[in-house]
Amino acid sequence: MPQMLRFLFSRLTKAIVVLGVVVVLNFTLIHAAPGDPATVMAGEAGAADQMFVDQLRKQFGLDQPLYVQLGTYVGHILQGDLGYSVRQQRPVVDLLLDRLPATVALTMSAFVLALAGGIAMGLLAAVNVGKWSDSVITVLALLSYATPIYWVGLMLVLVFSVNLGWLPAFGYESIGAGKAGLERFADILEHMALPVVTLGLFYMAVYTRLTRASALEVSSMDFVKTARAKGQSEWKIVTRHVLRNAILPVLTVAGVQAGQLVGGSILVETVFAWPGLGRLTFDAVLQRDYQVLLGVFFVTSVLVIVFNIITDLLYVLIDPRVEIA
Amino acid sequence: MFNRDFTQAFLRNKGAVGGLVIVAAIILLALFADLLFPGDPWDMAGAPFGHPFEDGLLFGSDMLGRDIASGIAHGARVSLLIGLTSTVVAVLVGVLLGALAGFHGGRIDDAIMRFTELFQTIPNFVLVVVIVAIFTPSLTSIVVAIALVSWAPLARLVRGEFLTLRSREFVQAAITCGQGNATIIFRQILPNCLSPIIVSASLMVATAILLESSLSFLGLGDPNAMSWGFMVGSARTVLRQAWWMSFFPGVAILLTVLGLNLVGEGLNDAFNPRLRRKRKA
Repeated sequence: MPQMLRFLFSRLTKAIVVLGVVVVLNFTLIHAAPGDPATVMAGEAGAADQMFVDQLRKQFGLDQPLYVQLGTYVGHILQGDLGYSVRQQRPVVDLLLDRLPATVALTMSAFVLALAGGIAMGLLAAVNVGKWSDSVITVLALLSYATPIYWVGLMLVLVFSVNLGWLPAFGYESIGAGKAGLERFADILEHMALPVVTLGLFYMAVYTRLTRASALEVSSMDFVKTARAKGQSEWKIVTRHVLRNAILPVLTVAGVQAGQLVGGSILVETVFAWPGLGRLTFDAVLQRDYQVLLGVFFVTSVLVIVFNIITDLLYVLIDPRVEIA
Repeated sequence: MFNRDFTQAFLRNKGAVGGLVIVAAIILLALFADLLFPGDPWDMAGAPFGHPFEDGLLFGSDMLGRDIASGIAHGARVSLLIGLTSTVVAVLVGVLLGALAGFHGGRIDDAIMRFTELFQTIPNFVLVVVIVAIFTPSLTSIVVAIALVSWAPLARLVRGEFLTLRSREFVQAAITCGQGNATIIFRQILPNCLSPIIVSASLMVATAILLESSLSFLGLGDPNAMSWGFMVGSARTVLRQAWWMSFFPGVAILLTVLGLNLVGEGLNDAFNPRLRRKRKA
């Protein structure tokens, strides 16, 4: 177990460094923005005479030197204070925590769908290389890879909600239906279907292409020939020998791309009015609510780090040769 | 690099040729947008909510009666312009940092690679949204933001190439001859790793176009330029009544990105004929 501890420790230090940089970046962005924060805040509050602006400057310590301000800013964040949204009249942390569960549910499900689907499709294509099923999968992956994610969402709504009426087009659950327990759970699942498929499809395409290429490369290696020579069944060769080795580069990329998955959820949540961080971001963009935007940037960075640690652990689980370090 | 073998290999690849045709068509559309669709794409051209082919408008009109086909033609300019310029900036930054890291190694390499890794970890799209929102949407802020999140993978790639090429004999010879670092980097090593750079650049243009369209979908596009993402985003609310308003601009994005991806892959296969044969086998 000390190995495990050491792994978590090294990961945590790395995470803290990344978050530190994100915080400094946030601070720089606030101060690099056109107009100083006091005038922005005054504008948000709807009043802007010189005295009020001066008072705000003093109140928020904006008359102090920059490094002092950075210190206070970091101090605030360490205490879990990510600022105050004048627009929504609530602390940013509260806004973020309200929205986090919905985004985590959406991105995690999409991630699992993309990985499982992508690896299965890629392997299927690699096993049938050159046959029609390979061509179909390759073309589909190529198309999904080139399609803007929000447009896929809109087209799925058009087909499955507007024309067929199978699935709800927006929201998290049916409002005012008074459902409880299992029924409510099923209702939420129904609402999740389209957003998860939309977000997952693009990454499924990425993982399909990767798995196919990597499985083809592995299949020509000597140990696969050996397995075949000793008369092992084709199914066992594919699952035990090819898949297990082909999956590693896919996981590496999946870990690196977790950040983009979280970013993609902004677009998907906007399309489906999914009440998560993405929707919050969209509203903050419309209202130019910078405090909320910077808070979202911070929280999504945390999410990405969590995703990275998960993929690292998966890596160790699949490949015993990889030492936790 | 671009010799006869290369051209033949590229032209034998049906996907690559198809991609090239699509990209060429989009470029022509962007160049001749004013001739094909004279007048401002923001102006009313027919009745609002016109179906495709109504009022002589090929793809119909939007909520304010603007010609969708004209919007697509003029939007091609913005997409290509932002895709190309942000890629150029990202390639310059990525190649420079990657080259420095790979050439010098040691501490410089360590520092640059940590920095690069950081940019790969940070959620790209969120950063782009934050930057463009804070610095107000304009062509410049969009290009800078997209370039800022795109250079990291290229820096990694270039560093890898430099690391392997650095120990090759011709580089050792150049060092012995007393050539300066800059000369060795730009005249000896860089020309030898151009092909992977060209391949990733072509794929980066595609990603940049997707990023730009996502930004303008969220309402963070340049407010003075008609763009595809903006057309889809503004038609989103009337999807039930008017599918064509968001359908056709989306197809334009899809085709452009698909074309660029196909060209990128074709280039990759043509540069590495050995790899290609292996993949087919």
